[in-house]
Amino acid sequence: MRSFGPFVFLRQLATRWDMAAFIVVLGVIVFLGEASRGVFAPISQLSATPISLDPRYLPEYAARTTLRMLVALGVSLVFTLTYATWAAKSERAGKLLVPILDVLQSVPILGFISVTTVFFMSLAPGRVLGAEFVAIFAIFTSQAWNMAFSFYQSLRTIPLELSEAAESFRLSPWMRFWQLEVPFAMPALIWNMMMSMSGGWFFVVLSEAVTVGHTTFALPGVGSYVALAIAQKNLTAIGWAIATMLVVILLYDQLLFRPLVAWVDRFRVEQEPGVRDPESWALAMMRRSRMVQAANVAFHAAVLWTSRAVKRTDVVEAEVAAKPRRSLDLLWVLLMAGAVGLGLWHIVVVLVKNTSPQEALHVSGLAVLTMLRVFILIALASVIWVPIGVWVGLRPRAAQIVQPIAQFFAAFPANLLFPIMVYGIVTWKLNPDIFLSPLMILGTQWYILFNVIAGASAIPAEMRYAAASFQVRGWLWWRKVALPAVLPFYVTGAITASGGSWNAAIVAELASWGDTQVEARGLGAYIAKATTAGDFHRIILGIGIMSLFVVVINRAFWRPLYYYAERKYRLT
Amino acid sequence: MNSTPLLQVNDVAKSFPKPDGADLLVLEGMNLELTEGQIVGLLGRSGSGKSTLLRLIAGLSEPSAGHLSYLGQPIFGPAAGIAMVFQSFALFPWLTVFENVAIGLEAQRMARPEIRKRTLAAIDLIGLDGFESAYPRELSGGMRQRVGFARALVVHPNILLMDEPFSSLDVLTAETLRTDFLDLWAEGRMPIKGVILVTHNIEEAVLMCDRVLVFGSNPGRILSELKVTLPQPRNRLDPSFRELVERIYVEMTAHPTRGGAGGRQERFPGLGIGSVLPQVSSNLMAGLMETVAAPPFNGKADLPEIASDLQMEIDELFPVAETLQMLRFVELEGGDLKLTEEGKAFAHAELDERKRIFLRHLLAYVPLAAHIRRVLDERTAHRARKSRFIDELEDFMSEEAADLTLRAVVSWARYAEAFAYDDENAMFSLENPT
Repeated sequence: MRSFGPFVFLRQLATRWDMAAFIVVLGVIVFLGEASRGVFAPISQLSATPISLDPRYLPEYAARTTLRMLVALGVSLVFTLTYATWAAKSERAGKLLVPILDVLQSVPILGFISVTTVFFMSLAPGRVLGAEFVAIFAIFTSQAWNMAFSFYQSLRTIPLELSEAAESFRLSPWMRFWQLEVPFAMPALIWNMMMSMSGGWFFVVLSEAVTVGHTTFALPGVGSYVALAIAQKNLTAIGWAIATMLVVILLYDQLLFRPLVAWVDRFRVEQEPGVRDPESWALAMMRRSRMVQAANVAFHAAVLWTSRAVKRTDVVEAEVAAKPRRSLDLLWVLLMAGAVGLGLWHIVVVLVKNTSPQEALHVSGLAVLTMLRVFILIALASVIWVPIGVWVGLRPRAAQIVQPIAQFFAAFPANLLFPIMVYGIVTWKLNPDIFLSPLMILGTQWYILFNVIAGASAIPAEMRYAAASFQVRGWLWWRKVALPAVLPFYVTGAITASGGSWNAAIVAELASWGDTQVEARGLGAYIAKATTAGDFHRIILGIGIMSLFVVVINRAFWRPLYYYAERKYRLT
Repeated sequence: MNSTPLLQVNDVAKSFPKPDGADLLVLEGMNLELTEGQIVGLLGRSGSGKSTLLRLIAGLSEPSAGHLSYLGQPIFGPAAGIAMVFQSFALFPWLTVFENVAIGLEAQRMARPEIRKRTLAAIDLIGLDGFESAYPRELSGGMRQRVGFARALVVHPNILLMDEPFSSLDVLTAETLRTDFLDLWAEGRMPIKGVILVTHNIEEAVLMCDRVLVFGSNPGRILSELKVTLPQPRNRLDPSFRELVERIYVEMTAHPTRGGAGGRQERFPGLGIGSVLPQVSSNLMAGLMETVAAPPFNGKADLPEIASDLQMEIDELFPVAETLQMLRFVELEGGDLKLTEEGKAFAHAELDERKRIFLRHLLAYVPLAAHIRRVLDERTAHRARKSRFIDELEDFMSEEAADLTLRAVVSWARYAEAFAYDDENAMFSLENPT
């Protein structure tokens, strides 16, 4: 059969995209095979083949680290779809599950991970797999909470009419979940997955060293590579690791998140006109490939098929059964209160037995130091980034260039840059109380920048013209136009940055270079030292006080500020 | 025509719990019967409970009293033979036109080829050919609502429920869609046997329905029922059409409150501080009074006439007219709006004089405004918290209504300079900004 004209061209194009997609798929399979090799080997192999600083091994290490991240992300996704759904669907369970999530989200639970080691190692005795479980769980704890929270909030805000349409056309709960709830939640979920990924990279360095009893296994990965480079004071190796991470994050961004963001755009319920659709070459490639199209159709069919296969529970019966009864509610609340009280009592007893009030007071003092650091740093970062962000945001061209770069930096694990800073502190004998501090905000300041850019570009053109025509200029312009307009966006960014900085304190306040340790006085250093020493009671005390500080600061400062900014300054 | 009714609604009432635990009655004494071949219109203002009734029929919520039956069977959850078209379309943005239309059949687990056949037929019927693979965001409002219709028709419902289906469309698109729908209905090409249409547009009701039930508010109830026997297609300019529209206007103005047939006092809604106040700006009130005062009306206007003159729907016009009535600036009688002496004085006055007149009437006829002013006068600091009045209002109404009522009174008081309100601190005061 012969055809002419544009059809020939189209067909050739299709095959070319097919080829490209085929190569990508094959590449992914080979990569997964490579990376998972050695996972089932006995754990003694870890000590037999120690980490090497030869950059030739870096691709393999990067692959192992990336695979760990992917698996953790998958586990987080499963957790999200189940935990958040349960919390949203059962009012009773939600009363307990949501506050738990809220606390987990704002609290660094890094310190507790050592407790889980024994359990995970026992799942695959004597195998590397057990240690991998520990690492993956550590990464999971840095990713899952905000994803689950976003999904929960989406489930609670499904537009009434869509929900009624689903009900009136008698979608089964299973079908409703996949056809309405998951798609509706998708945009926010993808965004939070990107955030989670950044959080995950941050923990990679710490998660790859697994301590069992008195031996520490270094899982092959970028994190272990960096740790070794620090121990051996090898600045060149650190440089290699940073370069590798740049490439890995770039690939992640281009191959995973960019396509996801572009794809998920169709799930948005409100479509503001004039907003440019996100683009992705990888997604375009996948869409144009027949193979991927076929896979897509197959997936869609599978969703529909499961909808048919899953037995339809009678809606009416379920509803009648779900009707809450007051007395049962009360019982549930009492039970919960009892459990919480018991838990608190237990913690207090353990702490009173093993630590002293002086210690608690001392730790609170350290927390105040860390708090001061966080606030000063946020203020400094704001002074720098707000004007720059406004300037960039008002220039669409500049914003187009700067915005992805800012988001990229936010995703980059800043702790990879720590050794360079620490090297400087050690070499020039700088005061660690001051010079370790910037590390806390190194990775989180970008949230302020890109939120302010987003806010400034959202200022309506008419408002800017009005300001210009009334000759509102200089400081008056900042005070009356720019700053109020970006305030809601700025607060969102500052909240994220502040939360991230508290977390980073654990890593930033105590750093080492070879066998030299530099320490900034603060709660982060206290927790880090307690974790290294395996001093469980001090970990609990430290984390408990940090949680208390974070939660109180959020409730008393950030949240009121957020609502105030939203109410007064949000341009609608 | 079949004599067994498609749908029966008997003595249905619906109430929602208020924050203080008491019940807020939104619908009472509902009786309705839908027989084959009829389009029944539920006509009323927002808040008259017509949409609530529609959701009860759709099985989306349960009545507090009374019962509903479909083909003789009690309605308990969404029934297979009842489908709904939504005001804001309620399409799934992530599904194509085809997938959106097919979803009701997917839920029924119909065989794949059958789904395809029926979906394409529905798309074809409703004039969406060629749009099968488009996403809702690519469509105009009118085309989106066509998808909404196709999605409802594809399940071959006996009853089609329509919740103000044309109200979020522009005038021209709405008219095209109405005409297309009536054509399909007249030709019997749609697989439906009866239609219930919720609307607040009087002309739309007269244009489309065989029977119109006029709803009143607080609580929602049926005021009257009118048969429309004009032959289809109907002409809006036909004198008998105009006459029907006029009659419904009279009907809707004759019963502003419950038991409105009594003396003058009872015809003014909102005696006592516990009544819900509408969100009507002083600009709108002044504008309406000026229009009525000026020629050709010269102080007295026919409601349908002035509505079409100002291009306002009853949902927009009625609250303004009623607020003016409450303030004793106009009298509403038999579908006519007549300025009182004070109303005329207001219309002809300058701004400062207007404010003085408005202040007098506000404090005399809006008890909530008088109450707030009295509290502020009595206090030495002349300040009072918003929460104080919200608490008082919540004895009578829902939290949301209390907030809106207070907002309405604040906007009138600001115009009249009766008292000041600082939203930042949620504080009432007598101070004027310096």
